[in-house]
Amino acid sequence: MWPDLPLFPESASSVARDVDLLTLAWLAISAFFITLITLVILFFFMRYRRRRRGETGSTAHVNTLPLELTWSIIPLIIALGMFAWGVKVFFTVSRPPADAVEYWVTGKQWMWKVQHPEGVREINSLHVPVGQPVRLTMTSEDVIHSFYVPAFRVKADVLPGRYTTVWFEPTKPGRYHLFCAEYCGAEHSVMGGWIEVLEPEEYERWLETGQTGPTMLATGEELFSRLACDTCHYQGGDAPASGVAPRAPSLDGLFGTEVALATGGSVLADETYIRESIVNPQAKVVDGWQPIMPTFKGQVTEEQLNTLVAYIKTMRGGEVAAGDDAEPTAAPGDTASGAG
Amino acid sequence: MSTNANALPADNYLTGPGFSLKSWLLTKDHKRIGILYMISITLFFMLGALMALLIRIELLTPAGDLVQPDTYNRLFTMHGVVMIFFFLIPSIPATLGNFLVPLMIGAKDLAFPKINLASWYLYNIAGALALFAIFAGGIDTGWTFYTPFSTTYANGWVVLTLVALFINGFSSIFTGLNFIVTIHRMRAPGLTWFRLPLFIWGHYATSLVIMLGTPVIAITLLLVAVERAFHLGIFDPALGGDPVLFQHLFWFYSHPAVYIMILPGMGVISELIAAFSRKRVFGYHFVAFASISIAILGFLVWGHHMFVSGQSTYAGMVFSVLTMLVAIPSAIKVFNWTATLYQGSISRETPMLYALGFIGLFTIGGLTGVMLGTMGIDVHVHDTYFVVAHFHYVMVGGAIMAYLGGLHYWWPKMTGRLYPAFWSRVSAILVFVGFNLTFLPQFLLGYMGMPRRYWTYPEEWQVLNVLSTAGATILGIGYLLPFTYLFWSLKYGEKASDNPWGATGLEWETTSPPPTLNFHEPPVVTTGPYDFSDFDPGAERRPYVAREEEEYDRGQYV
Repeated sequence: MWPDLPLFPESASSVARDVDLLTLAWLAISAFFITLITLVILFFFMRYRRRRRGETGSTAHVNTLPLELTWSIIPLIIALGMFAWGVKVFFTVSRPPADAVEYWVTGKQWMWKVQHPEGVREINSLHVPVGQPVRLTMTSEDVIHSFYVPAFRVKADVLPGRYTTVWFEPTKPGRYHLFCAEYCGAEHSVMGGWIEVLEPEEYERWLETGQTGPTMLATGEELFSRLACDTCHYQGGDAPASGVAPRAPSLDGLFGTEVALATGGSVLADETYIRESIVNPQAKVVDGWQPIMPTFKGQVTEEQLNTLVAYIKTMRGGEVAAGDDAEPTAAPGDTASGAG
Repeated sequence: MSTNANALPADNYLTGPGFSLKSWLLTKDHKRIGILYMISITLFFMLGALMALLIRIELLTPAGDLVQPDTYNRLFTMHGVVMIFFFLIPSIPATLGNFLVPLMIGAKDLAFPKINLASWYLYNIAGALALFAIFAGGIDTGWTFYTPFSTTYANGWVVLTLVALFINGFSSIFTGLNFIVTIHRMRAPGLTWFRLPLFIWGHYATSLVIMLGTPVIAITLLLVAVERAFHLGIFDPALGGDPVLFQHLFWFYSHPAVYIMILPGMGVISELIAAFSRKRVFGYHFVAFASISIAILGFLVWGHHMFVSGQSTYAGMVFSVLTMLVAIPSAIKVFNWTATLYQGSISRETPMLYALGFIGLFTIGGLTGVMLGTMGIDVHVHDTYFVVAHFHYVMVGGAIMAYLGGLHYWWPKMTGRLYPAFWSRVSAILVFVGFNLTFLPQFLLGYMGMPRRYWTYPEEWQVLNVLSTAGATILGIGYLLPFTYLFWSLKYGEKASDNPWGATGLEWETTSPPPTLNFHEPPVVTTGPYDFSDFDPGAERRPYVAREEEEYDRGQYV
């Protein structure tokens, strides 16, 4: 185990140790250079203090090049090494593992709303089992927020109109601060809550007491047919019964693929693209199809959109995916790239 | 001391052309405009400091008990807007730079004296609009104006403030334009580029950044105002815009703006270190080129403000590695200043204390800057008090220390008066100690996870916040002292000689205060900068040096 360091925050995720090590290395380097500069300045300050009126410093011309090269190249090497290390840690911190369970988070002035895959919903708290990698797919209803859990050393901005992700694997049960880190208005400093990390069996018990409705995917599937999405987007690749040509592309196996656009070029079908295609269908029209889809903006709430996107992500040829919370293997790792 | 002995020379820019209000308000003299700017920015500094004080008092306790959250948000927003746009950006260039650039290169004035005066008027118009916005209710967007909060959700006088900053941008541009043309065209005979003082190199680099960067922020802020006023979809996704686009445009200027604030300060420090070591700056060419490389590389690192904003990982990597590169020229400067002390003749005058304090604080600010540029760390500390501490180390520990050091160094030249040596040393030490006590705890708070712009915070962080507020109190006293004794010295200060420090540079070869046209005879330059090889101790036998002599007699220097 990694002991908690004095003056460091509690570390309770699998990446906290990596981040702290990187910080400690930088602190050691900084301490070395600051001490060096301070001692040298103090020594010169005493040793070469002015002793006579009208005294001047040495006027000898010296070749400074060897020293200049030394104190340019050594810091450069150190900085580049730390850059590489920082990138390595960033990859660990920002790329969720394939077995992460997906939760959906919606930020709004001034609260966090969470949707569990099991259908449980919470506000300003998030219960998760210890040892289970968790991936949060997040969006905002209004301004930019930022989901920040210091004990996990993770943070990601939460933007309106697109999805970003953050992931963590809690390593010890407990109660950890959740903050909004991006200034978002009057109640910014109270837009927070707690991450409750529970033992797996405790988590199961907690889920049962909170479980009142269907799972998130079932909700999404129900909404998909209630909004009559499947009258155009036929499921399972079936031709329509009447024999007329389909009016919209099939969504089966869409998620994670490259979609060719009518305007040329292509786009990665990630969560943000699916979301945009529901609320602003004319923005990116699939090559070979007519721009006839109406917008669903205003007809679905941000959280309903989450269930729809979650459901569409799992659609694969004919299978009913509801209840199957396995992640698609082709999940785009970096959903942060967004539609913009 | 008789009144006669204490009188200023007849031909001086302060009283020579008359002392009427009109003669000041219509002046085209760069020195007078520098003084006018100094008065304006001092008022804004006090306003910004008052807001900082209220912020620190609110944060004494975890609960939000002094002001309402809405008021708190307005306080930190206006503190940032006032300190950055109305104090730090004009601070050194518009006061010391305005005063010294022509003097140091042996010119009679800047290239465009009327544009220089227009710059001061634009600054004051912008300042008046901003003041109106503050007192009519303020704004709560944060000085960063992030969209869509600023365009759609914020209350208050956002558009008016943006218009004020738009106008203020032109005052910067006028100053930058003037410096570039003046430095290119008006150097004294014999003053080649590599004989220029490093203060001039610093201001030249700064002016390049001002000219290339300011138009971008002006247009960006105008776009925010347009979206807010006319609901044109540019940044708000609800209107079809892109909020991250704003961040790119904003930081494309606002990161280089950090260098607008620090490069002139670095120029000041080079002058002080050379003058008080009586030695040529070590690695002069490297320090000069370091300023230029900072100005260029500074334009390529803006994305390091956006590692967690939804920017792609690969873009983040490019910005991170460029951030490492821009740190190198700053490191070169720190090492060269330190090496300049070697075999120098180091005096302990107040400006030198400020300069040495600058080196220490700027080093901490710079090193924590590259820590923040390291992607793995930034994810955790982004938008926390770690960032707040870091930029105050650069802006306050760096830029303001340099401004105060420079002010103490050139004060005798600007006013013809000396200030009390003892109290000024006390101020330098108070500022240094108070500053560290204010902002060191904030690094710890940030790493512990305290987000910035929080009006209330968990109880476990109170001790460090109390320390920080205590430090701010000491810092405040440290700032009030110079204000008091410098003001006092205008009337009661001992008369300064032409070259009270025994320094090199054309500004010390004219009278204190200088005549309206700067020099009685056009100067000709025959040697490089900071050349002490034919230094004449006899030339020092003037009042200030007499005091230095007394200190030798008392054995202080032995």
